Amino acid sequence: MNKLILGRYLPGDSIIYRLDPRGKFLITFYFIGIVFLANNVVSYGFLLLFVLFSVYISKINLGFFIKGLRPMLWLILFTVLLQLFFTPSNDPIWHWGIFTLSTDGMRIASYIFIRFVLIIFISTLLTLTTTPIEISDSIESILKPLKVIKFPVTQVALMLSIALRFVPLLIDETTKIMDAQRARGVDFGEGGLMHRIKSFVPILIPLFVSSFSIAYDLAIAMESRGYKDGEGRSKYRVLSWSRRDNIALAVMILITIILLFIRSY
Amino acid sequence: MEIIFKNVTHSYEANSPLEGLGLDDVSLTIHDKKFTAIVGKTGSGKSTLVRHINALLKPTSGSIMVGDREITSETNNKNLKPLRKNVGMVFQFPESQLFEDTVEKDIMFGPMNFGMSESDAKESARKMIKLVGLEEDYLDKSPFDLSGGQMRRVAIAGVLASNPETIILDEPTAGLDPVGRKEIMDLFKNLQEQGRTVILITHNMDDVANYAEEMVVIHDAKVVASGKPKDIFNDNKLLKNDILTLPRSAVFAQKLAQREFSFPQLPITISELTTEIKRQVHGD
Repeated sequence: MNKLILGRYLPGDSIIYRLDPRGKFLITFYFIGIVFLANNVVSYGFLLLFVLFSVYISKINLGFFIKGLRPMLWLILFTVLLQLFFTPSNDPIWHWGIFTLSTDGMRIASYIFIRFVLIIFISTLLTLTTTPIEISDSIESILKPLKVIKFPVTQVALMLSIALRFVPLLIDETTKIMDAQRARGVDFGEGGLMHRIKSFVPILIPLFVSSFSIAYDLAIAMESRGYKDGEGRSKYRVLSWSRRDNIALAVMILITIILLFIRSY
Repeated sequence: MEIIFKNVTHSYEANSPLEGLGLDDVSLTIHDKKFTAIVGKTGSGKSTLVRHINALLKPTSGSIMVGDREITSETNNKNLKPLRKNVGMVFQFPESQLFEDTVEKDIMFGPMNFGMSESDAKESARKMIKLVGLEEDYLDKSPFDLSGGQMRRVAIAGVLASNPETIILDEPTAGLDPVGRKEIMDLFKNLQEQGRTVILITHNMDDVANYAEEMVVIHDAKVVASGKPKDIFNDNKLLKNDILTLPRSAVFAQKLAQREFSFPQLPITISELTTEIKRQVHGD
């Protein structure tokens, strides 16, 4: 569980930390969208430089991001190899059965690799520099237009922030229960597949039981503090949009224009 | 089994930006068949320390000898069962580890993992449920139908059922009522007197004074004192630096000392206090 870097928050302070979370959230998704605009060496190189620059100004160690790639390594390798050997081509360098190696294949495989790196780096950057609560606040404010179609935005936002609040708690609880069962002689990850699956019963049942009891206690506590249905409540955490967020958006638009230019060039 | 910590350091998430020191160069001996209390503030490293004894955590550097078994950073995760069978561990709020559909099965879970036969495990469950102060007919109930205190007893029975030589208790009486507290503590004292090593983590200094023979004080991931409770509670340096608080009897004695009483050594239990007061009032 400690290996997963994506989705974690790292306390720190830099210009990226101070950006408005709504902006960061939108920019991340927007960036993942425009990654697909890149179609040649120059455009991929340009995007890679941009991402590396963002990592640089976030003042977070690049090694941390590279470590974050590790859990995804197999997926990346699989996709890259698939592209490398299965791209049809008229003048292959090497040919054997269904496998074809060509310059086209190599080119596309390296693009795919860079694309993975870009997407993983930029989303890691979002979660490392934004607290979970800020993310759920920004989801709420981005979903707000959906109120028109009677979508329960405030309830969903509350659900999200409770869920996010309880992720670390449940991780702690899981570790604790695992330790307790280990002390009682359970070996996780040993023996055959069925045995391994069975060894998770002593974790899952206590975890369900404690989740339900936490939910029940929390509901009572919220009611006793005057919570009714989420409507008509004020907001304590106010997000503030500032000039640097405008600049960040402007940079994204600039990048899109440059990409479109390089692409058609 | 004597437990010896040799220069044990443990850091959480080593080599990452989130690194945190759990234990800092701890050397310590926990004597065989004694009742040892481990005290210290929240976050001082008590739980980290005891988790090393059955290799739930492994030291970043240094080693731990449990009997003739050595645990170092290279210790393999396989073959730990004999160690864990010998070191029973009651976690904080152990009721959260219950999962079987009957109390009996839950108590039998540990022993059977450690290779006890089903009939022996059943026998052990029957003995343990009585030992922790519940009737035998609780065996057929679901653990989730019990009260919090009863669940706690069942969980403790589940740990004791595999008959460990060393019992580690991480605040076993937290959240129990006064009677339940005393019963559970007396139970552990009895087990120790029958020849087991008991290690107790607690914030309750009265429990330390009443039950423990040895005491270890941890502060900021370091062991700052170890020895007999009476000596440690009389160590002014620890008290002054706010690392340790006194048992109620000692606090009372301190107040008496401001009047016409005087105590060369602070009494730490109620019986010591009363004998001392009687002696000084009657003057014999």
